Amino acid sequence: MAGHFKKKQAGSKQEIPTSAMPDVVFMLLFFFMVTTVLREVTLKVKLDLTQATHIEKIEEKRLVSYIYMGPERLPGNELGEDKVQIDDAIVDDIGAIRNLMYDKLLEEPRLIVSLRVDQNSQFELLSDVQKELQQAGTFRINYSTKREE
Amino acid sequence: MLLKKKKREGAEINGSSMADIAFLLLIFFLVTTTINVDTGIGMVLPPPLDEEVDPPPIRERNQMNILVNAQGLILMDEQPTAITEVREKLKEFIDNPNNDETLAVSPEAAIVSLKTQKETPYRIYIDMLDEVMGAYKELRDAASRANYGVEFDRLQPESAQREQIQDMYPKKISIAAEEG
Repeated sequence: MAGHFKKKQAGSKQEIPTSAMPDVVFMLLFFFMVTTVLREVTLKVKLDLTQATHIEKIEEKRLVSYIYMGPERLPGNELGEDKVQIDDAIVDDIGAIRNLMYDKLLEEPRLIVSLRVDQNSQFELLSDVQKELQQAGTFRINYSTKREE
Repeated sequence: MLLKKKKREGAEINGSSMADIAFLLLIFFLVTTTINVDTGIGMVLPPPLDEEVDPPPIRERNQMNILVNAQGLILMDEQPTAITEVREKLKEFIDNPNNDETLAVSPEAAIVSLKTQKETPYRIYIDMLDEVMGAYKELRDAASRANYGVEFDRLQPESAQREQIQDMYPKKISIAAEEG
């Protein structure tokens, strides 16, 4: 009996069926397509969002433009002063925000500016940025917060 | 006899159900993965003030001045208030059910002015704004339920009903940093 088994295993080829491989590959493809966020910016400021209860979702993500505010990340895990980041660069001159946002508004007239502000940053900076936004004409804003648990 | 037959067919795992398993997994991931949605407090900023044109006069009783300092202490029309009381006080101010002389003439006229010190942390400011939004949400929900029997959020977007409720309780919120 034992001899029979041995002989059979040696004789028949053990192959992994590959016919289902396309399905698996497509599945992975779809999975990554769904979960990947394209063009994530590298944050140059520390961002720790605050929480709120009465919040709304932004459904139309393509209308959104982000402004990040928080303490600047310095080399060696240190934090500097509060800075403003738009797209991939830190904007040192607050007065330049006006033109930057105005250009974005021309591209997308229904622009929503999402302000992602660190919870410990001071109101003064936000106030200055908001004044710039008023000058630029980008009135629709959204204070990005997490949902309160 | 038996041995001979097996040798001819070869040992294969039935692969026809693989596609089903794959689709099942795909659907599972599609359902369970949350694409992170942006959430936040929506606001509309007022247009910039024209230096030459004087701002329209506002009757004192229509404006609720909220002052928040850097420690998170709140003054509402010069009255020290705990953050837990803010919402109720605001609702009373906006709705004015007893036609109080010192509160807003009508919900449409009510203006909430939120002033904070420059050093106030963003967290405290958002907590405060959250309470203001909460007061408006409760008022809108109440009006929506009284008129249409559903909550404000469940009204169709851009419907006449929704706009009517919005016009009843417009969010007139002014934000400013305190000078000095």
